[in-house]
Amino acid sequence: MIDPAFIGYEFGLHHREVEKGQLRFFARAIAETNPIYSDEAAARAAGYPSLPVPPTFLFCLDMDRGNQYDYMDTMGIELGKVLHGEQSFRYYGMAFADDTLSFASRITDIYAKKGGLLEFVVRDTRVHRGNDPIADLRSTIIVQHR
Amino acid sequence: MTLSSLKLGDEIPPLSAPPISRLTLALYAGASGDHNPIHVDLDFARYHGMDDVFAHGMLATAYLGRMLTNWVPQGAIRDFGVRFVGICQVHDQLSCRGRIVDKYTEAGETRARLELTVTNQDGEPRVVGDATVALEPQ
Repeated sequence: MIDPAFIGYEFGLHHREVEKGQLRFFARAIAETNPIYSDEAAARAAGYPSLPVPPTFLFCLDMDRGNQYDYMDTMGIELGKVLHGEQSFRYYGMAFADDTLSFASRITDIYAKKGGLLEFVVRDTRVHRGNDPIADLRSTIIVQHR
Repeated sequence: MTLSSLKLGDEIPPLSAPPISRLTLALYAGASGDHNPIHVDLDFARYHGMDDVFAHGMLATAYLGRMLTNWVPQGAIRDFGVRFVGICQVHDQLSCRGRIVDKYTEAGETRARLELTVTNQDGEPRVVGDATVALEPQ
């Protein structure tokens, strides 16, 4: 049983510089065919300062930290029992290659269903470039007990 | 289709993703930075009671993102959310669809609300979601 006292738990801010090579690799991995996501000349021709960070890649940048499962470890959650339940993004502005983004997260809810066989952990993350808000992310993970 | 003439119930151009191979999952693990072994390490997956590795839910979500940015410039997307309702297996071929379910004015712009689905080759829903996009000025 996950201790509900973790609701409100805040994670240290982390920063990530967006690298072009990382964006090109992601574009290839998701079979992206729109050249603005991999070809800088195409991105500039479309009016962008550099390669855009695609809509879901903010989630990936947030995972790109020393221990990407740090909060599960902190709460004693076994990775092999975890499923991603929900994910959402609210966008305030676009981010681009060479931007440095900050990620600040906290646990906003913990609850159980099916008599505790399923536990849910909700984690909210705010993404900024300097003082400009870029997006809010919300992840819900499901911990399955058998 | 011009965005301003969209009607409730209209479908946006769909997207068919290539079949998911083990290579797809290896590339996505590396490119996304999501190194959870359940998606690439069969031994780990079996130890945790799965028959095989399975796709990252965020891979299917990235396909939905591709469908949206094929349709509107990315800066028009106001929000985008998904719920994972079934596991995407190796060899699945995923199809993404979006349908306009609402159109309204907020913050001085016309917005469309979309219902999103990802289904596998058997038509089973794997991801359901929604998105709000700003339409071009009318």
